[in-house]
Amino acid sequence: MTLKYLLKRVSVLAGAALCSLAAQAATTELTVYTAIEAEDLKKYAARFNEEHPDIKINWVRDSTGIITAKLLAEKENPQADVVWGLAATSLMLLNDEGMLQSYKPKGYDALSPKFRDNNAAPVWTGMDAWMAAVCFNTVEAEKLNLPKPTSWKDLTKPEYQGHIIMPNPNSSGTGFLDVSSWLQMFGEERGWQYMSDLHQNISRYTHSGSKPCKMAAAGETPIGISFAFRAAKSKKDGAPLDIIFPQEGLGWDMEATAIVKGSKKMDAAQTLVDWTVSRKANETYNEGYAVVAMPGVAKPVQYFPENAEALMIDNNFTWAAANRERILAEWQKRFDGKSEAK
Amino acid sequence: MSRATMSLPARPRVILPSITLRRSRDEWALGGAMLIGLLALLAAVAAPLYALLSKSLQNRAGDFIGLENFIAYANTPSLVASIGNSLTIALLSTVIVITLAFVAAYSLTRTRLPGKGAFRMALAAPILAPSLLPAISLVYLFGNQGVIKTWLLGESIYGPIGIVIGSCFWTFPHALMILVTALSNTDGRLYESASALGASPIRTFFTVTLPGAKYGLISAAFVVFTLVITDFGVPKVIGGQYNMLATDIYKQVIGQQNFQMGAVVSVILLLPAILTFLADRWAQRRQSAALTSKAAPWAPPCRPWADRGCTLFMLLLTATILGVIAMAIYASLVTFWPYNLSLSLKNYQFDLMDGGGWEAYWNSIRMATYTAFFGAIFIFFNAYLVEKLQGFRPLRALFHFIAILPLAVPGMALGLAYIFFFNAPSNPLNGLYATMAILVICTIAHFYTVCHLTAVTALKQIDPEFEAVSASLKAPQLLTFWRVSLPVCLPAVLEIGGYLFVNAMTTVSAVIFLYSHNTMLASVSVLNMDDAGDIAPAAAMAVMIMLTCLVAKLLQWLLGGLLLRRTQKWRCA
Repeated sequence: MTLKYLLKRVSVLAGAALCSLAAQAATTELTVYTAIEAEDLKKYAARFNEEHPDIKINWVRDSTGIITAKLLAEKENPQADVVWGLAATSLMLLNDEGMLQSYKPKGYDALSPKFRDNNAAPVWTGMDAWMAAVCFNTVEAEKLNLPKPTSWKDLTKPEYQGHIIMPNPNSSGTGFLDVSSWLQMFGEERGWQYMSDLHQNISRYTHSGSKPCKMAAAGETPIGISFAFRAAKSKKDGAPLDIIFPQEGLGWDMEATAIVKGSKKMDAAQTLVDWTVSRKANETYNEGYAVVAMPGVAKPVQYFPENAEALMIDNNFTWAAANRERILAEWQKRFDGKSEAK
Repeated sequence: MSRATMSLPARPRVILPSITLRRSRDEWALGGAMLIGLLALLAAVAAPLYALLSKSLQNRAGDFIGLENFIAYANTPSLVASIGNSLTIALLSTVIVITLAFVAAYSLTRTRLPGKGAFRMALAAPILAPSLLPAISLVYLFGNQGVIKTWLLGESIYGPIGIVIGSCFWTFPHALMILVTALSNTDGRLYESASALGASPIRTFFTVTLPGAKYGLISAAFVVFTLVITDFGVPKVIGGQYNMLATDIYKQVIGQQNFQMGAVVSVILLLPAILTFLADRWAQRRQSAALTSKAAPWAPPCRPWADRGCTLFMLLLTATILGVIAMAIYASLVTFWPYNLSLSLKNYQFDLMDGGGWEAYWNSIRMATYTAFFGAIFIFFNAYLVEKLQGFRPLRALFHFIAILPLAVPGMALGLAYIFFFNAPSNPLNGLYATMAILVICTIAHFYTVCHLTAVTALKQIDPEFEAVSASLKAPQLLTFWRVSLPVCLPAVLEIGGYLFVNAMTTVSAVIFLYSHNTMLASVSVLNMDDAGDIAPAAAMAVMIMLTCLVAKLLQWLLGGLLLRRTQKWRCA
């Protein structure tokens, strides 16, 4: 081996090492916690990377409850840089614990006020709305001779006895969203009365919010109270479902974004959050969700009603958050204790 | 040590003092090893649990509030009702599983059942698949659209019946593993004496067979009871709204982010573990070694009626288990249950779905391999020390107690506990957080108890005289371990490795909190795909996991067979 050859090899190696160092310096890796549907993750990251190839997103995805619990448990030493796509109610909870960094992204003012944390120093921004819906299995309903309900009130009719499944609000965010919307729409007293009437028809409460619709899709129950995104997906997969948006109004929550306090990659985190409120991001959200944060962007989505946004109730998130513990305790006392008897 | 041994031929007269010197050194060395093992176990089990359970005495802000959470708990009727529900389900499941598993283990070890290997393989099947798989197939079998739902006589599968069936299904192999170990080592002389004394087969069964397996029976019963009472997978999927302690933890922690109340329920769930520990101590005092150094090997005699009965029983049991699994395989091939029953393989194209794809699958295999390898070595060696070391009584008792604890900890609680403990900025071990290593450690800790009990059950059947003899021959105890205990227990060690592997492949509840962006696991992706409504792909991934575990089990038995032929000649003599 000649000296020249050796030198050449060394310089090639050194060059390679330098290049990889440079590449590392150029890409920042962000740890992003999310509860977005898994199939959307690659798409969201790819669209973001079209404009910002220098930031790599490392997703940690799980269901809303697990991710929220994980974030709270990691409070002493947060691992996430950004939370992109978690229920706003969960983000409010994290904010109460002082875990989020306030940041007003570029383009914040272009969002509809409903989708903004309207504080002087905003902490989170909304992405899209995630609304209640009722899955109605037409094949099973025909077998049982059940008419198609159109309102929440219809669901309390005696003919539906034992044919409805809904999520337990103590385990599922979707369940709480329903309960909170009924209390807000009908008022406390009539709201609880409504749930008592509905309880007579419920065959059981599930732990997961998507389960009732999945069970309706599989014919295990004719009617499942769930949310619209899941309903549309099951229908697309070939389930004999009618998706019902009860006329009184729909409870909803939004998927939202925030920066975790203490992130060591603040610049990259802010770049990402700026992008999440951009028009292009909102167009991406619109591919699966009918109502998105930026007004004028949304085009109708298959299986969603055209007036989706008008159906959404004027949800008071502050009230819901403040009264959550009381509502859940009351619900548990009224309905969970006697669940065995059924 | 070596000097003492070497000095033996030169100065044969001073045997006595040299023995004491050698033994104490030997003991100190092994005692030190055990102390290291104990510290590792403390860090992997006790410390994280303390980090979580101490929250039961705090309010949300983290201030100490004494027993207030427990009082609030006792005043919530629906939570308290869960205790009764949990006990009922767990007791019922335990009685059913132990009865079935004992008969099965007896058939496998004490009769001339044909095709024992195939039966063992089939009966281990439930442990090879993630718990979601039997849940899916129970719904397809007994749900409102189920193919044999009339068998339930109008009762609903969504409730106590479903929980008991599901729990029996997945805990059965756990009980079988302990009971087969308990029944496989026996002393032929006992049976010779029994028949020489004219005891009837039934009398022999009750005076020789059953007492010999007593320790295994009690261990297995407590294992099943605790597994059922802490499991949340089955009640969550199929339990409908039947409240149990483990689902209460889910509601508190996942539904309401109330870690304090979740910790309260976890503390209540620890009571069975403490009971297990006490019962274990009690049973231990009454257990004598079945395999003494003078033992003669025993071969099952020809008993046509017993053999035929057992064969029939095993056929029925195997058919039931395989039926449930076959249904799940069918589910993974169906296009859209129950409305489009055409079959296709498209559900196996995981890279088209999301939820981790094939990468998650390979991660799982890596994780399971590490867990099996390191876990089996650590667990068996320490079980040996607990069982066979002279002296260090308090140390051994403490080790045994902590080894039994993980059984009573619901996986979810363990996962959270690991976050609190390992992610704390003040913990020098926090570099492990969000790595593959923490998944491995957590999984070993999670499944520690059954492995420990299996190892102890196997070791108990070896007469302590072996140690005494080797001591008087001046062989270091480690050598006795290597030459006698390890070879004799090799089937148990391999069984532990296999058990850890399959559990690592299928576990969800603890690791769901601990995986990171590059350590996504196949079992978690099964759950996520099911959550996203992709039931058939979820079933498909579950089937992949099951096939992998099957291959691992085959390898285990192949390896076992090879090694056995070399080391266990005495068994078939």
